[in-house]
Amino acid sequence: MDPSRKRRLRLVLALSVALLLAGALVYTSFSASTEASTPSDVVTSAEPGRSYELTGKVVEDSVRREEEELRFAIRDRDGSTSVPVVYEGVVPDPFREGREVIVSGELERGTFVAERDSLVTKCPSKFSNENEKSS
Amino acid sequence: MAGTGSACLVAGLLTALYAATASLYGARSGRRAFVVSGRRAIYCLAALMVTATVILQSAFLRSDFSYKLVAEGSSTDTPTFYKVTAMWATQDGSLLLWALLLSIFTSAVLFLTRRSLRELAPYATAVLGVVAAFFLFLMVGWENPFSAVAGPVPLEGAGLNPLLRHPAMMIHPPMLYTGYVGFSIPFAFAIGALVTRHTGADWIRATRRFALIAWTFLGCGVLLGALWSYTELGWGGYWAWDPVENASLMPWLTGTAFLHSIMVQEKRGMLKVWNVSLIIATFALALTGTFLVRSGILESIHAFGASTIGMQFLVFIAVVLVGSTALVVSRLGDLRSESRLDSLLSREAFFLLNNLVLVALCLVIFWGTFFPLISEAAGAERSVGPPWFNRMTTPLALALVLLAGVGPVVAWRRVTLAGLRRVLIAPLAFATVVLVALLAFTNAVESLPALLMFCLVGFVLAVVAQELWRGASARRVMTGGSWPRALSELVSRNRRRYGGYVAHAGIAVLLLGVAGSSAFLDQKDVRISPGQSFRSGDWTVTYERPTAQLGGDRAGTGAPISFGAELTARKSGERLTLHPSRNYYPTQDSSKGAIGRYFEGEATSEVDVRWGLTRDLWTAVRPDTSSLAGPIREANRRFSGANGDVQALAIAAIVERYRTDPPPATFRTLVSPLVSWIWIGGAIVLLGALIAVWPSPEARVRRVRSLYKARLGRELSGT
Repeated sequence: MDPSRKRRLRLVLALSVALLLAGALVYTSFSASTEASTPSDVVTSAEPGRSYELTGKVVEDSVRREEEELRFAIRDRDGSTSVPVVYEGVVPDPFREGREVIVSGELERGTFVAERDSLVTKCPSKFSNENEKSS
Repeated sequence: MAGTGSACLVAGLLTALYAATASLYGARSGRRAFVVSGRRAIYCLAALMVTATVILQSAFLRSDFSYKLVAEGSSTDTPTFYKVTAMWATQDGSLLLWALLLSIFTSAVLFLTRRSLRELAPYATAVLGVVAAFFLFLMVGWENPFSAVAGPVPLEGAGLNPLLRHPAMMIHPPMLYTGYVGFSIPFAFAIGALVTRHTGADWIRATRRFALIAWTFLGCGVLLGALWSYTELGWGGYWAWDPVENASLMPWLTGTAFLHSIMVQEKRGMLKVWNVSLIIATFALALTGTFLVRSGILESIHAFGASTIGMQFLVFIAVVLVGSTALVVSRLGDLRSESRLDSLLSREAFFLLNNLVLVALCLVIFWGTFFPLISEAAGAERSVGPPWFNRMTTPLALALVLLAGVGPVVAWRRVTLAGLRRVLIAPLAFATVVLVALLAFTNAVESLPALLMFCLVGFVLAVVAQELWRGASARRVMTGGSWPRALSELVSRNRRRYGGYVAHAGIAVLLLGVAGSSAFLDQKDVRISPGQSFRSGDWTVTYERPTAQLGGDRAGTGAPISFGAELTARKSGERLTLHPSRNYYPTQDSSKGAIGRYFEGEATSEVDVRWGLTRDLWTAVRPDTSSLAGPIREANRRFSGANGDVQALAIAAIVERYRTDPPPATFRTLVSPLVSWIWIGGAIVLLGALIAVWPSPEARVRRVRSLYKARLGRELSGT
């Protein structure tokens, strides 16, 4: 085979491998991802057996600990619709009532059952206060 | 003093703009005096930035709460150690840190290249001047670190965010920033090379040491961040694929690719477009890393809410990307390779492969990190979690380690299969021995990726050992010295090469720790009362008694109250005592009551880790303080008007109550195998980088000679 054809073949081969990998990347990311949603989305239109990533604020006076389980409610950032959450696993240090949190899980009979260790709390700082004021 | 600080920033902005304009004008018109003046303006800028930083730091140390930054990020009872670090815990302060580091780095590189690279240095100066001007513009326009506190000057500040009170946080942000800033130097010189069409390897030779320093600092910064999250965040992970963590890893990956591929350009004059593209990408990713922490565009445990300067950053990143890409495209004709790839079995081909794997790794992480934004554009916002990242990056990491082993033994241009077999036979044999030993004596077969990684790590270490041995024995034949002497001579004569090998070994060791700890982690979460026990790995852990302390927490973070537990861990004759605890920091929120504010503020876990070469025993506790709610309410009612001493007694009584009448506490224990090798591997990489970056004796002689030649030339042309 002459060198220029060999090079072209190599290029085509490399490009098709790259395309294949890129396709795998796109496919797996869409199939393995969870949908971001707010409490009102989940309450009105959650399908059973599908997992969601719920973002919202912890409702004041809603946090209860029952043995291993942590129970609390999350409400919309700027609304009153809230959904009860049951969670097991490690609770991040900044977790507090009134703070914005993210948690993944599924809705089962009106309660959001969170995946273990999926709770994330945003860092409290002066910026989050400013943010609350502006929103 | 605040006025002087603000004046420094305005003067700095004007100086940076002048430096850019003067060097550009000087280069275009050929008037050297302007180029020299532009360079000196950069030195001036560095002096201004140092002054501004000193003013701000002294305000933190004096606890001068007339500064907004000091009032919000520090307090009189913040330990001095953390007063110093409070500067970069804020957005305004970290912008100043960026500008400070950039001006110092720029001065250093311009000073070192003042007698060489006459054509492209002025353009590099202009680029760096514009970058500095951008950061100063942000500070002058929106985020002035010297702005005064609104209203009357408070008597006490809010204090540093307790999560940031960890020794690693003292050095982690400056190290990351040094890395980010450092990459702007090769970037600027690459732009200079493109503008002037001097696309040889000169710009690389002038800045490769800066790239290596930046890479080292960035790597250390990433690792310190991992150490911080392992010991401070309280969930025991060192890497969570969090957007901010990913943002610091991405420029490190492209930077690693750059450090390898520039060698191909230096040796063979190939990969020119690739190299300039890599450094442009690295710089853009470094800017993204700075921007992502505060932008609030991605959900992250580090996201500090929305920022006022997100848009400006986005525009600047877009300008950098579009401008540089246009420049590269317009110079494609000058960037043609001087030679072709002779064979796929050559060092340049392996460098190219390693580059492709590194860039693929970076792309995967980029895709995953920005997936919420990408999917939102395609419909609904979705996000991918750590399992996706682990699945996608594991095969790439395995390929990378394999290449790190094969690459160093492949010669430039081409190598025969027989030659390759000769150098690879011993390392492959060693890897096989490792495989057999693992299968025979351990349960490593339970995780195929980890098993593969262990074998590949053995392979890389064997390759590095073999190369050092071959080189040293060749030197012994030549000079006849002892083994250690032959080895040290070998390394000092080719620092870059053997430093690189040591870094390869370090990365292999680091990934050994990653593979072991992620595949064989044993995690337990329990809620038990004093006296009860549970099993964690092969340890039996007993909750002996609760601890409650007033003042003087074990980590020295300045927390007034700390609740914890005394645990004993037993294993066939071994007995350990551990003291995990949780620190409580007072809040300024008056609605919690005079006493309650000491219990209802921020709290952070202080984990207790017993480090070990084979495995760590990691413990954290979350005390249940709900039983104290009644006494706290009572104390709030009775002592809200009382003087400080009485209040202190009330707090002491409540703290004591936790110790005498303890509710059950929640514990997390991790038995994490090989985790220590992550930090040891990091230290080995650092050693390798130091070996590579240290000037070799020959280089010093060469530099003195070239300086002498330059002086001679000037004198001859002057007469």
